[in-house]
Amino acid sequence: MKLLLKGGRVIDPSQNIDTITDILIQDGKISMMKKDIPLPESDSGNDLKIFDLKDKIIAPGLIDMHTHLREPGFEYKETIRTGSEAAVAGGFTSIACMANTDPVNDNRSVTEFIHKQARLAAMANVYPIAALSKGQDGKILTEFGDLKNAGAVAFSDDGNPVADSGLMRHALEYAYSFDMPVISHCEDTGLSSGGLMHEGFISTQLGLQGIPGIAEDIMVIRDINLAGFTRTRVHIAHVSTAGSVQAVREARSAGINVTAETAPHYFTLTDEALKGFSTNFKMYPPLRGADDVEAIKEGLRDGTIDTIASDHAPHSSVEKDVEFEYAANGITGLETSLPLSLKLVHDGILTINQLIEKMSINPSNILKIPKGSLKTGSDADITVIDMNKIWTVDTDKFRSKGRNCPFNGWELKGKAVMTIVGGDVRYADSEL
Amino acid sequence: MNLSRKDMLGIIDLSREEIDFILDTAESFKEISTRKIKKVPTLRGKTVITLFFEASTRTRTSFEIAAKRLSADTINISASSSSVVKGETLIDTARNLESMNPDIIIIRHSAAGAAHILAGLLEQSIINAGDGAHEHPTQALLDMLTIREKKGTMEGLKIAIVGDIAHSRVARSNIYGLTKMGADVAICGPAMMIPRDIDQMGVSVYYNMEDAIKDADVVMMLRMQLERQKRDLFPSLREYANHFSLNRDNIKLAKNDVIVMHPGPINRGVEITPEIADGPYSVILEQVTNGVAVRMALLYLLSGGKK
Repeated sequence: MKLLLKGGRVIDPSQNIDTITDILIQDGKISMMKKDIPLPESDSGNDLKIFDLKDKIIAPGLIDMHTHLREPGFEYKETIRTGSEAAVAGGFTSIACMANTDPVNDNRSVTEFIHKQARLAAMANVYPIAALSKGQDGKILTEFGDLKNAGAVAFSDDGNPVADSGLMRHALEYAYSFDMPVISHCEDTGLSSGGLMHEGFISTQLGLQGIPGIAEDIMVIRDINLAGFTRTRVHIAHVSTAGSVQAVREARSAGINVTAETAPHYFTLTDEALKGFSTNFKMYPPLRGADDVEAIKEGLRDGTIDTIASDHAPHSSVEKDVEFEYAANGITGLETSLPLSLKLVHDGILTINQLIEKMSINPSNILKIPKGSLKTGSDADITVIDMNKIWTVDTDKFRSKGRNCPFNGWELKGKAVMTIVGGDVRYADSEL
Repeated sequence: MNLSRKDMLGIIDLSREEIDFILDTAESFKEISTRKIKKVPTLRGKTVITLFFEASTRTRTSFEIAAKRLSADTINISASSSSVVKGETLIDTARNLESMNPDIIIIRHSAAGAAHILAGLLEQSIINAGDGAHEHPTQALLDMLTIREKKGTMEGLKIAIVGDIAHSRVARSNIYGLTKMGADVAICGPAMMIPRDIDQMGVSVYYNMEDAIKDADVVMMLRMQLERQKRDLFPSLREYANHFSLNRDNIKLAKNDVIVMHPGPINRGVEITPEIADGPYSVILEQVTNGVAVRMALLYLLSGGKK
């Protein structure tokens, strides 16, 4: 089986390529990239599929390094199959999934189970992130070596912060010795506990207990200090505050090895959205103020924030169709992440090249996975993007089981129109 | 004029004209409660449900009396404090009630926004009888009626609200209402009970009671909302009473004709001393009387009544 992608604008930041060219895919790999690859003679063409991708952008397969696939344990919210179907529909060829399942992914058997389910689903590449501590309870480290051998790509107690600084220090040191990243969910629970939304004028108006921005900032600064002291590295998950952006920026310029991600909702929405008490705007970290949103955009623009991850967190109506204070945190994101991020390009905050870099080679470098590039011989993971396609978000059409999306009904500009994983077309818009 | 809205969820979106109109209507209903036969047929055939997920004596009794004096049929439902505990969701409860075709549902709930869920879902008129620390519109209306009766107007009055502002829905609804009506509102309480950026609501903030009540026309005392505080916010009730209690010494700082208000229940000896609660400045029980009139007015107006 061969695929020939003709006439698209190929943007591959890993090789500094931005040109109109053809790509030939053979045996699941990128076999040739050059202008006007000749069509084979008709008799040999029966196993060749040709796609005319004029006016489309051909990018290395996008990577979402922060998702929740809910399996095992919460299959009514999402499964590895439905989650990875949502991934390819949203343009992601690779996703990493967090460990807060039931049982927690804190041992080899759960990591292997995730790999097996992902193989059976045969949609996106799924990279398990193992728990940092057993049961994610912040007390005893998991077996990093065994988990790495089983196929985990990072360690994180995401969902729970690591409150014990000593444990975090040991996690950073031990993970670094295996060349593995630690992903930190930064939250000082002494400041955040009981909180339901960003602390500010809107929380005061609504009478909802606030979560101050410093609940995040303080832990970001702690983890940066730990990474600096131990001469290791740390990745900050879902940055939502101006204070965090500034802390990462300063640490980076001081030579500390820190990387950071944000999620589309943190540069798209503010806490104003909470008026009306819709639980689809409830998440952790919470939607912040307008100043924070501007700082996140600036952090993306100047490179402080390395990657955009969806923090895809599907829930069922059982968790969301309740009083605001009882509702679960989190929103679905895989099928809206790229289009919301493309708005940064349309608004002139990022170039399309910078956006693709943040959604392909950067997360690949953070997780140290062999993805995010269209180099000849690499896996044929490709995302085809139509920058200008106008479409309307309709949660009823989601592949994800999660309908908890605050963007339902939004008209967005641009989306993935084809997703190729390992040389196999896993998603294509009907027009293709 | 009539009140062209389906629900009464909060004071935040009421206009000054609407507030005046509701208070005028309430004033005209007050007389009914002084008659020998305290009943008019205005809402005969209407069904009013009170759905209380939080304990309440005063507010619920007040709503029930208001509805009965207008000849409505009333049903009282006490539900456990959270749907999580109860097993049935608020939405399911609401749908079940809707199926029995009531006309007005009055809801009190510990979660902010609970009344909004019902209002968005049901055709019936919803009255918010208190949602978490968010709003308690009928309390603010009865407070405004009381102030207007005593002072003639709210315009230009200095009104101090003292206590646990952060957890108080009464404070929020009153701040919205009183600032709309032209009062000069000062809020005061221990620093950890003053919510962030509240000055943006157009109030001045004090941490010292003497400053807050100086030259006040109205002093409104609130109790500590211990049940809504997620952790121990304050060292002790003794410390609180030492610094944030209205007593016979500090009340001298207010105007000579000050009125003292409290939404109840009062904690004697904590935020207010007995001699103040029972003293000549206190209008606390008149507030309760006015509560019935305000609630009669709202039930009437939300049922399509015209003045």
